[in-house]
Amino acid sequence: MSLCLQARQLACERDDRWLFQGLDLDIRSGEIVRIEGPNGSGKTSLLKILSGQLSDYQGELFWNGAAMNEAREHFLANLLYLGHAPGIKSGLSPLENLAWYQALSGESGNEEQRLDALEGVGLAGFEDVPAGQLSAGQQRRVALARLTLTPRALWVLDEPFTAIDRYGVADLEKQLVAHAQAGGCVLVTTHHELTASPLLRRISLG
Amino acid sequence: MHSSLHDASQSSLHGSDTTQQVSAVLLREHKGGLMTAVKATLERDLTLLLRRRGEVLNPLVFFALVITLFPIAISPDPELLAVIAPGLLWVAALLAALLSLDSLFRSDYDDGSLEQLLLAPQPLVALSLAKVAVHWLLTGLPLALMAPMLGIMLALPAGSYAILALSLALGTASLSLIGAIGAALTVGLARGGVLLSLLVLPLYIPVLIFGAGAVQAAIFGDGVSAHLAILGALLAASLMLAPWAIAASLRISING
Repeated sequence: MSLCLQARQLACERDDRWLFQGLDLDIRSGEIVRIEGPNGSGKTSLLKILSGQLSDYQGELFWNGAAMNEAREHFLANLLYLGHAPGIKSGLSPLENLAWYQALSGESGNEEQRLDALEGVGLAGFEDVPAGQLSAGQQRRVALARLTLTPRALWVLDEPFTAIDRYGVADLEKQLVAHAQAGGCVLVTTHHELTASPLLRRISLG
Repeated sequence: MHSSLHDASQSSLHGSDTTQQVSAVLLREHKGGLMTAVKATLERDLTLLLRRRGEVLNPLVFFALVITLFPIAISPDPELLAVIAPGLLWVAALLAALLSLDSLFRSDYDDGSLEQLLLAPQPLVALSLAKVAVHWLLTGLPLALMAPMLGIMLALPAGSYAILALSLALGTASLSLIGAIGAALTVGLARGGVLLSLLVLPLYIPVLIFGAGAVQAAIFGDGVSAHLAILGALLAASLMLAPWAIAASLRISING
């Protein structure tokens, strides 16, 4: 089965300035799509539009051939979005944070899965430390643990490499490639140079 | 630490394993789990607030301070105080509830979990209702339970204490629901506090009138059921309408 996110004639205006106009996109399974462009060129806005958070745009979005507002429920059930802010509550431990994310998608899950996911991002031993006491990179890793904990077909990642050390960066890159190879789809913005891969496609803004 | 991260991604490179995983993911239909999500949100917000007790105690302390100052500033004369007590208790409780509203969605907005809440494949209406329920449980309900004690300080006549607590419990639930609309609308603004009060206070007035009226009626020995019934009706109406308004307001704020 394949997935397909399409945008037709997408345009977005911010403060009387067009961020992009007439943008046509076809994002299919097995692809890593990197959105490029200088600061302020609308990368985050584009990701937010594509993940259905911003409605202030012109053009049309299609999910697997159906118009987005009709297919929204199915789209959200298959989307994993990681934004600029990692979405980690500083008052909760990494385990509690992940438990909430798991429950949000309707799965109760179990502690073992969450421990495995945390170990996978190198946070074994930090399960019960309040997230506020973790470093920025560690908090980002807690958010990244959701990639394995709640498998979704479409990953929309806004600067996922922020604050991650270079070992983590290399591993995350491998994870992205593996996800695309397995038929998933990754939409990513980053200033970090991704290793060339036949699956990688670039879209330039600005 | 790094090696474990490495191992994990190595293992996810086993193609067949992940292919299965992803094809299973693709067939994912949204299949309920609403109760799981609502329960988890309730638990999460309760845990968070109970770990930041200061935020919970703030409105209660404010309520106690205001009520304590009035007999000192006006007069300790029980007859005079008894006349103004119902209105005073209600106004102070209303302001205390208002004080705590600004933080309802603020921290979620700041750390990015609000956008995750909006992207959850669950109805936002139900999830935001869970958040409001926690707010009432840790603000409105304690205020209602505390009010009779402060009533003693204002020489509130006997016989009206139960009605005071009951009217506040009913009324603050409406206040939390209505206030959450304002909190959701102003969450994207850097200093939304004043705007929030301006938006929400006019809508609070019916609740204030019938809440204070119920206590007044209890003091004069009139029937209180009409007042309580109207408070109940206000609560029912806010329960029906406010969650949709809150969800829509959150969408607007995130859009901004």
